[in-house]
Formats: sequence, structure tokens, C-alpha cells
Amino acid sequence: MQLKINPNDIKDIVEFINNYDKKTIKIMEVCGTHTMAIAKSGIKTILPENIKLISGPGCPVCVTAINRIDEVLALSQNPKVLIATFGDMFKVPGSRPGVNLASLKSMGAKIEMIYSAMDALLIAENNPEYEVVFLGIGFETTAPGTAVAIKEAKERNIKNFSVFSMHKFVEPALRVLLDSKEIEIDAFICPGHVSTILGIKGFKFLADEYKKPSVISGFEPEDILTAIYKIIMQIEKNTAIVENEYLRIVNLDGNKFAQKFIEDVFEPVDDVWRGLGVIPRSGMGIKDIYSDFDTVKRFDIKLNFEDKVTICKCGDIIKGKIEPKECSLFAKICSPENPIGPCMVSSEGACAAYYKYLRF
Amino acid sequence: MCLAVPLKLVEIDGNDAVAELDGIKMKIRIDFVKDVKVGDYVYVHAGFAINKLDEELAKENLELFREVANAAKNKSE
Ligand code: SF4
Repeated sequence: MQLKINPNDIKDIVEFINNYDKKTIKIMEVCGTHTMAIAKSGIKTILPENIKLISGPGCPVCVTAINRIDEVLALSQNPKVLIATFGDMFKVPGSRPGVNLASLKSMGAKIEMIYSAMDALLIAENNPEYEVVFLGIGFETTAPGTAVAIKEAKERNIKNFSVFSMHKFVEPALRVLLDSKEIEIDAFICPGHVSTILGIKGFKFLADEYKKPSVISGFEPEDILTAIYKIIMQIEKNTAIVENEYLRIVNLDGNKFAQKFIEDVFEPVDDVWRGLGVIPRSGMGIKDIYSDFDTVKRFDIKLNFEDKVTICKCGDIIKGKIEPKECSLFAKICSPENPIGPCMVSSEGACAAYYKYLRF
Repeated sequence: MCLAVPLKLVEIDGNDAVAELDGIKMKIRIDFVKDVKVGDYVYVHAGFAINKLDEELAKENLELFREVANAAKNKSE
């Protein structure tokens, strides 16, 4: 092993990682955007056998339970409802094969693709004859925007707007994964943009309580390689801290304004995750003072908290138990054109990433 | 969806703003970034600026971003 390397020189880092053969290290990349970046850059091809990157539960669409999808699909059949959603949700199938928001839209359901929660509010203002439902999907990075939309709807008295909150906190899911000991994880690449909101502080529990070396990383290949290098160094030195490699935009405390918006509008509630089941206090429920804007209350939806088993193996992929290729449907029956599960739909899904870049 | 893009602020009106990248303008919100002014760079996620960026770093980032975007474009062509 070459020990004297210049950690600022990416060639040195690549060579170091490539030649590292001392220990087996399993690194979970929490965030789906990292999964995509890793697949695209071909980083896996330079890793030695003993270093494994495993995908984690950081693709918001993928962790949404199939019951929620079914509930959304059912709601879209209400003739008064107009659903506004990020594009990632469009092709996620529910329990009935081939039925998704896209197919229902083609059959006349009112469904609009939007880029920001504020767009949904605007649609509500411009279409008073419809009940506009915004699908709140995402972790701490996306939830603050939803919170702004809800607050503004209240301030501006926009009565035909509500949010179906499926927003989630990242920490409880990581704790469940670590506590369950179902899979071994030695270290973490922490999600860059969630860290922008939560700060380095948000991931200290990984190092302090679970003694897992963790590096907050950006999304360029250089960032991810540097993160892997730093993880190896921590393991070699037998320490566990949270390092911040994404200095460009992540700081210690995160974005306090965004955090405050989450706190003002949401409260932790028990929520079901695909593959992980019900995790206490892992969901972002809309607080009572904003209950007028809570889709679940407005339409009296009886949420189903069962984590239904389906033929799709996304649940195991989210937990890092298997790789997409280990699903017997991968690239055979299941493809981006005909996705069987959300991991093949989402631009951050592991199956989609593997299909696009690592299929052969 | 979790992607965030560095953009330059070209107009600010309260919490509403217009940000730009290579001539493409986009309406965004700046509720989470205080004391920003026209000309500043911000990181934008799902229509919201989630952080202010140091100008030097922003430019570096933009270069990377363009490289990636171009590489992706070339690949798909
Ligand atoms: S390949 Fe398709 S069916 Fe298999 S786990 Fe991925 S999304 Fe599910």
C-alpha cells in the first residue's frame, strides 16, 4: 500500500483506493443522487474487491410505501381533485400492474407535473374549481419548501390547496438500519443536500453513537472518491468522526431558516417505509394548526401502515441487502419503460442507475 | 429530485426572486437565505434557494456543473 499520497491529487487518491487491500469496508451511500453519480462515473470499476459501496434509503420516491401510492392513485380519481407532483412520482406503480399517475392522466385524471411546491399553490389560485393536492415527497431538503407553501396558503387564505405529506426524516431510518444489524455497514457517505439543511451536526450520531466513520460528500466523482479515501483513513486510524468534504455548501449548523420552517409546519409522526416497515417518529405530519391544508384530513383518507410485500425487491435494495442485478426481474420484465417498482422509476433509484450505467 | 443547481440571482422581490444559468431564467424563492443581493450565487433545490454560495466557489462549481451537463449531452447525442 502506498502511504505517502497527496490527498489533493485525485490521481493519487484513485491509485490509493485501487491498491487498498487491508480491510473489507462496506460503505453505504445514503443518498440516491450519490447512487446515480457513482453508477454514472464508473467509480465501482476502480474499487478493489474489499471495498463495497451499498445504496441506502435515500431515494424519497423509493421509500414511499406502495399503500401510499395506491391512496394517491385512488385520490386522483376524485373528479374534483387536481394532483400536482414532482415528475419522479409519475410512473411509480401501485398495486395494480401498469396503473400509475401517468396512465391515469392519459385516461383523464387531472395531474400536473411541477418543479416547486410554489407551483402547486399557483395552480390552486388559478383553478378555484379544483381541489389541488400537492404530493409532499422528500427528506429535509425538500420539506422546507413544502412548509413555505403551506404557510403561504394559510396566510393568503387559499382554501383549495392541501398537501399529502409523505415527507420523511433521514435519521430514524439510518438508526433502524444500524440497529437491525440485518446488514453490515462500516461507514457512511452522508447526503450532501440534506446536510446543507441539517449541517454536520445532523449526522454526528453516526460517529458518536454508532462509531461509524462518515463523510459528507458532494456529487462529483472527485468528491465521492475523496470521501472514500477519507473513510479508509479514518478506519486505518481507528477513529469515527463526521468529516465534511462538501465545504462548498455544508457547514456545522446547516440552514436554520429552513429548519425553522420544518419545525413550524411539521411534527414527527410514525410512518411506514418501503422495506423498513413502520418507523416511529420518522414521518413529517402536518401540525394541527395547519390541518386545513392536510390532504389526509381533508379527504378523510384512512392511511394503511402495512408494508406490503410485492414481487419487486426495492425494499431489500433500499436496505442495501441486495443489488439491483440480484432481482430476478431486473432488465428482464422491469425496465425504465415498464417499471415494476419505484427504484426503476426515480432518477435517484438504484435500479434505474444500474439499468442506465451498470447493466452489462 | 434532490439535485441542487448553482444559479445567479438577477432579480429580488421580497421572497420571490429570479435566478439564471447561461441565460435561462427561473423563478425561485429565497425564504431560506437571508442578506442575498442581485449578483449573488445560490444553490437551488426544487425551486428554493437552500444556500448562498461564495462567488469563487460558485464559479468553480458551475464549471463542474457545465462539464457534467455537456458530458451528459454528448453522451446522449
Ligand atoms: S429491478 Fe424492478 S422489480 Fe426488481 S427491485 Fe428494481 S424496481 Fe423492483
